[in-house]
Amino acid sequence: MKGFPLLITVFTNLNSVDNFSLLEWDLLVRQARAAGVLPRLGYLLDQQGCLLRVPSSPLVHIQSAQNYAEKFKLTLFWEYQCVEESLKTLNIPFIALKGAAYVICGLNAGKGRIFTDIDLLVSEKDIDSVESALMLSGWKPGQLDAYDRRYYRKWMHEIPPLNHVRRGSSIDLHHNILPKTNATCPNAEKLIANKVATANNHAFVFSPEDMVLHSATHLFHEGEFDNGFRDLSDLDQLLKEFSSQDKFWDNLLQRASELNQKKPLYYALRYTQKVLQTSIPDYVISVTEQWFPRKAQAKIMDFMFLRALMPNHPSCEDLWTGFACWLLYIRSHWLKMPIHLLIPHLCRKSWLRLTGQKDH
Amino acid sequence: MKIKEYNRKELKAIFNKGGNIVISPFIVNIQSSLPEVTKSIECLYSDYELITDDTSFTDFYVNICSRLFRWGYKPQARFYTDGRQPFLPLPLSQAFPFFEWGLNWCIAQYINTRLIIHSAVVEKNSQVFIFPGIPGAGKSTLCAALINRGWRLLSDEMAMVDLDNYQVTPIVRPVGLKNESIDIIKSFAPDAVFGKSFLDTSKGTVAHLKPSIKSVEQSTKKGVCRWVIFPEYVPNAKLQLVPISSAESVLKLAGNSFNYNVLGGAGFEALCSLVEKSESFSFTYSCLDEAIMKFNELVEKDGNTHSVYL
Repeated sequence: MKGFPLLITVFTNLNSVDNFSLLEWDLLVRQARAAGVLPRLGYLLDQQGCLLRVPSSPLVHIQSAQNYAEKFKLTLFWEYQCVEESLKTLNIPFIALKGAAYVICGLNAGKGRIFTDIDLLVSEKDIDSVESALMLSGWKPGQLDAYDRRYYRKWMHEIPPLNHVRRGSSIDLHHNILPKTNATCPNAEKLIANKVATANNHAFVFSPEDMVLHSATHLFHEGEFDNGFRDLSDLDQLLKEFSSQDKFWDNLLQRASELNQKKPLYYALRYTQKVLQTSIPDYVISVTEQWFPRKAQAKIMDFMFLRALMPNHPSCEDLWTGFACWLLYIRSHWLKMPIHLLIPHLCRKSWLRLTGQKDH
Repeated sequence: MKIKEYNRKELKAIFNKGGNIVISPFIVNIQSSLPEVTKSIECLYSDYELITDDTSFTDFYVNICSRLFRWGYKPQARFYTDGRQPFLPLPLSQAFPFFEWGLNWCIAQYINTRLIIHSAVVEKNSQVFIFPGIPGAGKSTLCAALINRGWRLLSDEMAMVDLDNYQVTPIVRPVGLKNESIDIIKSFAPDAVFGKSFLDTSKGTVAHLKPSIKSVEQSTKKGVCRWVIFPEYVPNAKLQLVPISSAESVLKLAGNSFNYNVLGGAGFEALCSLVEKSESFSFTYSCLDEAIMKFNELVEKDGNTHSVYL
């Protein structure tokens, strides 16, 4: 890869937009839109005091995206309130994950963040009662065949998505952050034990360290990188915001060991620093590098991730991007389950696709 | 330079790479090597500016293309906007209407700084008429008839209402007519310039009426809405213009808006102000000449409107 795309230049130095030509604005807006960070770009420029200096034509697109994000936030708060309402009487703590958590906590990572599902986590023993309560409030599972249902229930870290019959909102109900079949699947009770309260009595979010680890785990087990850059930027925003907290970095390292998530953290720190120049203390980097000292392997992962984590726009691709994303797709399945489960599963999916019985 | 000042060979070369057309208030980059698309653009957009210097901000990138291996076998047109394909392909013969629909989608999808209402918008004597578009209501037919009798076209598809001063920004493009409307307007205005007719689209037969050069030249001139008319074409019906309440008008307009729900409070304010400053009617017609006479009356007797209601 020759140099980083314009969007990354701007994310690492917002003041660089000051001298932009209209042509550069053109490319910036396109890359930001394709990466799903156009509203975030708006908020970052606004925080930096640059938004007023944006020329009117690109400003239309940035403000349009921000208006959409504001409306999205309102909808999310409403849906979240409905979830709280339907779980109120259960007396079961539930944890909002990822995008929903960032927005609810008012974190910078949540500003202008658009997502499709509300992700919740409860203890596995409570899944059934929470699912019933949500179903009584109108969230119903979609149409899945028996194999898929069984697959979800037996091997996954979440139940099949629940969609609201009237409003169409979608909830992913988790009991862990990785599939049970994943070799590094953490003990979910440890995550739950460390939860942090929000304004509501039963509603929680992960502790800052766990929030970062979950974001990292999610991104670096991913098989599709359409939102790769946005997710990396989430990590950058979270790290920036949390790093001012006392002992954040030490806790982060410790939690990564406790939760078996050393590798995702290593990648998260490596690539936020490489791509977005996130400031991370040197000793933290060297600790994570000691965990994974193999230089050759790091080179191979760089080849893949430094391509997959670029904005999903034709101007940010090179000849190897497609191949790198394909390798990571294979890798994600490899990580997801042991080979004796993976092969029959993929055979079944391929057969259904080949025979046109299902559009997987 | 305007599109009509280029010859066909030059246009072909430009659109092969992608050419920036000023469709005020936007700049649209159109890339297509399909003659189905470039010929229609040459005919219908001939009065539009084509920007060839590489210094402008482009609002929408649109690419209509076909795949080589399907040539001969049910050839298809594909619509891409900046590398993304939001729609399934259509038959190649519909490539140009696909461009028009796709561009509508881009605007509705990406523009939330103005309230956008699905409607035809025309103007006479500085009075803007908005005809919200309930399918089959005949908004495009009315619009096509009016602009062939000297009215200014602001848009056949969408009223773009500014959120600060509630003015209507034109977006002048060819008027899409369907099925019987095509022949009705062709006989109503024999001099009108039409593009090719496209048969068997999802909306039936579609043809586009070229906007007048005057409308294109005035496409940066905003207007103030004075009349909101909900038309309904009823065969053999007597012409009827019935006032409706502001509240009903606001709700009906909201239902016709692409982004009212996104804009929240600002959208509500804009709709209310628009309706407060206008008069709203439901309108039944069967004869275009009668309808136009009625609207001319409204425009001319403005200030003493009550005498002209039926």
